[in-house]
Amino acid sequence: MTPVTHSGRIAAAIAVATAILVAAPVISIVTLALQPAPDVWQHLIDYVLPATILDTSLLLGGVGVLSLAMGTGTAWLISLHEFRGRGILLWLVPLPLAIPTYLAAYVYVDLFEPLGLVHRTLALWLPMQDAVRMLPNLRSLPGAIFVIALVLYPYVYFSARPMFQLQSAEFAEAARTLGAGRWTIFWRVSLPMARPALAVGVALVSLETLNDIGASEYLGVRTLTVSVFTTWLNRGSLAGAAQLSCLMLAIVAGLIAIERYGRRNITAEFSAESPRLTQRTELAGVKGACAFAACLLPVALGFLVPLLFLAHQSFKRGLLANFDAALWRDAFNSVAFASLASLAALLLGFATILAWRWRPDALRAVALNVAQTGYTLPGLVLAIGLLGPVLAIDNALNAIAGWLGRSLPGLIVVGSGAAVVIAYVIRFLAVPTGFIKAGFERIPRDYDDSARAVGAGQTTTMRLIHLPLLRPAMLGAVIVVFVDCLKELPATLLLRPLNVETLATSIYQYASRGSFEDGALAALLIVAASIGPVAWLTRFSDVPAGPA
Amino acid sequence: MTKFRATAATAALLCFIAFGASPASADGEVNVYTYRETKLIQPLFDAFTKDTGIKVNVVSASSGLEQRMKAEGANSPADVLLTVDLGRLDDAVQAGVTQPIKSVVIDEIVPAQYRDPDGQWAGISMRARVIYASKDRVKQDKITYEELADPKWKGKICIRSGQHIYNNGLFAAYVAKYGEAKAEEWLKGVKANLAQKPSGGDREAARDVAAGKCDIGIGNTYYWALMMNNDPEKKPWAEATKVILPTFEGGGTHVNLSGVLLAKHAPNKANGIKLIEWLAGAKAQQIYADANYEYPIRAGVAVNPTIAGYGKLVADPMPIAKIVANRKAASTLVDKVGFDN
Repeated sequence: MTPVTHSGRIAAAIAVATAILVAAPVISIVTLALQPAPDVWQHLIDYVLPATILDTSLLLGGVGVLSLAMGTGTAWLISLHEFRGRGILLWLVPLPLAIPTYLAAYVYVDLFEPLGLVHRTLALWLPMQDAVRMLPNLRSLPGAIFVIALVLYPYVYFSARPMFQLQSAEFAEAARTLGAGRWTIFWRVSLPMARPALAVGVALVSLETLNDIGASEYLGVRTLTVSVFTTWLNRGSLAGAAQLSCLMLAIVAGLIAIERYGRRNITAEFSAESPRLTQRTELAGVKGACAFAACLLPVALGFLVPLLFLAHQSFKRGLLANFDAALWRDAFNSVAFASLASLAALLLGFATILAWRWRPDALRAVALNVAQTGYTLPGLVLAIGLLGPVLAIDNALNAIAGWLGRSLPGLIVVGSGAAVVIAYVIRFLAVPTGFIKAGFERIPRDYDDSARAVGAGQTTTMRLIHLPLLRPAMLGAVIVVFVDCLKELPATLLLRPLNVETLATSIYQYASRGSFEDGALAALLIVAASIGPVAWLTRFSDVPAGPA
Repeated sequence: MTKFRATAATAALLCFIAFGASPASADGEVNVYTYRETKLIQPLFDAFTKDTGIKVNVVSASSGLEQRMKAEGANSPADVLLTVDLGRLDDAVQAGVTQPIKSVVIDEIVPAQYRDPDGQWAGISMRARVIYASKDRVKQDKITYEELADPKWKGKICIRSGQHIYNNGLFAAYVAKYGEAKAEEWLKGVKANLAQKPSGGDREAARDVAAGKCDIGIGNTYYWALMMNNDPEKKPWAEATKVILPTFEGGGTHVNLSGVLLAKHAPNKANGIKLIEWLAGAKAQQIYADANYEYPIRAGVAVNPTIAGYGKLVADPMPIAKIVANRKAASTLVDKVGFDN
């Protein structure tokens, strides 16, 4: 274990502070859960949990498998192959992330339900009633799995891509000399080596699915989160809802522990003789076209279809002609909140991981684990949990001002919008920590040792070796968090200051009235705001031939 | 990293410019927390500002506002809380974030049935939970809520989740009228008549009827009017259906309330009461009726013609406070009969 240095102490201090920040809302939810909710549980056990747990498990399993297939497939093809059209896919493939799940659900239901576009098209050849029978039932569990996976698979893509990129050529070549073909290498070498990263991606997909409420309720799937809200809002038991949230937290923690146990033997760092990276294989002709089509399909379904739908609605409803100038302000607010939060999350996440990498003792390991818990709480539950701690600060400031005889400043943290940024950081911190941790696991400690042997200090090693190697993971994390913040709704709604709207809250205004199409332009602006950073950052995301 | 730093600094600066000043308790302002969407209610606030010179600051959310007020405590900037259903009215009172609205104007305008006995909340407009029936396949023009459990509707009813607040309100009214045992029986009957698993929203109920999936859908009064008048794409859904105002046997139609509450620590209390009274005034009530397709709470204000076309609303006499008291029982029964399964 490396001795503690000055920069090590700073990193550790940030890690601990970050853990406290994330723990605050969790503790406040646990405190809520400690109040008795006597009649809630008998009811839940008798009538709710059996069906809900089954539905939730099937949903998670289905979405997990489907997004794993799409995310890994696209990442593998794009990272390790060269084919016509790859350049455009590089920034198209991540974009479904910009479509909020509930919006995707509305769009697909509208297209595929009776009297929708697909039905009307079929009805050109068939009698209406026969055509109805050919339509898929999207308001169902399989429908929900399909729709949700289509917009969440980029989490897997983003986490898997750096792993495939940084795969040392040695392994594939060794396998090839042993007579393994491309598929065997994929299944037996590339995939197992990418497993820690894939686990992170699938975990993010699962948590996002678990926390979804808009799409699930609309598509008629009863998830645990829906039960949390029913318990709180209809049965008036915030304590019961908090207890149910804690149960969810425990289940998630359990799943993560099982996954870690499952790959306890794989986490050992790969010691590479040479850092030479795999060259991208050229796919020409039909093979190249197939690769392009395979990558385009998820993009087309998860991004282009909703995009065209929204664009069509914007034109048809004259939203462009009567452009609502308030949307610029909403867009500005969204981008400001999202930029601040994604940069803060990246810095705090990196410091937390760095502290642990430099000195993986119990304190730093706990700090790291705690930093990732924010993602396990549904957005609204997190916001409720955050109200107490954040307003305690605000109220304390007012008390101090009053005691000093000054005029009261009002609610500074909530009133300035800082509460929204704090909520985003806590909620999405698991993304940078997860991505960067997986990235570090792929950097052999031999590198650190060699650097030390030639007299490089911790910070020099970080700057010259870690940062360049972690760049793809960090860029991926920033994009994911930024886009996630743009989409975030429940915490934004509850914590934003007076007279402040974002693009997401603007869409909600229409959606809750049942006409989400009138919010099409705001949704398009979310997409537009996402394309910028995705396109800009992907320019840097292809790793150079080898680390310096 | 330098680029990041520059971006971060710029963003921070912009953020301060944007959100630097937080409106608290200046003169001539009123701060509103609302469950009703800002975009929908903004025309009302603009008219209020024009009339009184009082600026309205707004924050809207879908749930949890009473929790926010509770956490904000004595420093809360909230003066007035607006809700779109009866459940949230009670939640706010339970959270202890309200104070009685002492106003003779409100007492005079709002019927006692639509006010809290202790004055903690008052209704400001109403919507009814009604039937969208197929024009082709449903011959009758009258229907009772009780009849929804009649096996003659087997496989013919479409409805959204039984736990949705609008259904929760209707089912709670049923429990308030008949007690839990009978309500359970009724819910089982309705469940047995459903054409599909509860899902979608109120508009989908009309769409499913139009598509022939079911004969009757259950929805709120204003959704139908919005589809008919404001959305050419959805107009065929409304055109395929007729709205029937159902009644309880020997009673009236179930109405849900949009209500208003006065915050316990309202820093601009006088302006808050002014706003509440203004919302019950003839002008605001007319805007509610025409822009939002709601039933005005004030007698003598004309109902929008589309809504009037449903027939005369005879609201059920059950006091809202009694319905509120049965929300939990209704929610429990929905789970118990597996309504959403």
